[in-house]
Amino acid sequence: AVVSTQSTGAHGDDKGKLVAIVDVIDQNRALVDGPCSGVGRKDINFKALHLTPFTIPIAHSARSGAVRKAWEKAEVTKKWSESTWAKKLASREKRSQLSDFDRFKLMKAKQARNRIINIEFGKLRNAARKAKK
Amino acid sequence: MRFKCAELKEYQIVGKPLSKTNEKTPIYKMRIFAPDEIVAKSRFWYFLRQLKKVRKVNGEILRMTLVSNSSPTKIKNFGIWVRYDSRSGSHNMYREYRDVSTTGAVTQCYRDMAARHRARAHSIQIMKVEEVKAGDCKRPIIKQMHNSTLKFPLPHRILKYNKKSIFVAERPSTMQ
Repeated sequence: AVVSTQSTGAHGDDKGKLVAIVDVIDQNRALVDGPCSGVGRKDINFKALHLTPFTIPIAHSARSGAVRKAWEKAEVTKKWSESTWAKKLASREKRSQLSDFDRFKLMKAKQARNRIINIEFGKLRNAARKAKK
Repeated sequence: MRFKCAELKEYQIVGKPLSKTNEKTPIYKMRIFAPDEIVAKSRFWYFLRQLKKVRKVNGEILRMTLVSNSSPTKIKNFGIWVRYDSRSGSHNMYREYRDVSTTGAVTQCYRDMAARHRARAHSIQIMKVEEVKAGDCKRPIIKQMHNSTLKFPLPHRILKYNKKSIFVAERPSTMQ
């Protein structure tokens, strides 16, 4: 049983949620269940799934209760939120939600950071120039 | 709105011929797969007319119920007995499909018949649909899924949602 994220516009409200692949229907579809992420058990096309490296030990076609137990025992939601993938998704989401004021604040924060970096860089560059001479 | 590409619905239709002399007439029940009620009723009379001496004019539908999915979260193997008209004659077929619902399997059957045999819906008659146990399945395509340690890759993965890179400098990789 592999955990995967759902990532398409087709299943709009379930987009980006974590589900576990409980069984395989045929070459194109899987039976998925996401008891800990609010997704009901359903059949879904593999094209709408992105496999994650997390797995939970459940028997094929295990019931939702068993899936939930194994999920919570393996702490999948916690491990997922700590992964770089999830963090990237979260930051992408946040960036798309920024208001104009937020973007202004972001610009100013980037400016401040780059100033510090460039000052240090300038110091190093001048030191290197002096060392050359 | 009803879409042709949506899944069919299963109806249980009960009808009987009307009698002019008030005597009891036999009642017939049919299992019809149709996209909506109107087509369901039409197909009911179409089949009943072929099987019994009843016509829509001389009959009435007593009950039409939409049969809902009994277990939409359990994967089942379906055996479907079909009769279809090809360009040069009428043939019987037994086909197997793996799906979560009867209506899903029957819809698959229609799509499959159209694809493999160019059979249009009007020339297909679903004679029987039955859930088949894994051990009794005959088709290797279905039997290959009856493997508890099933493993297969998803090769040449094309992600449709990727709208940000319509035009790219280099060919994208489709390896997973």
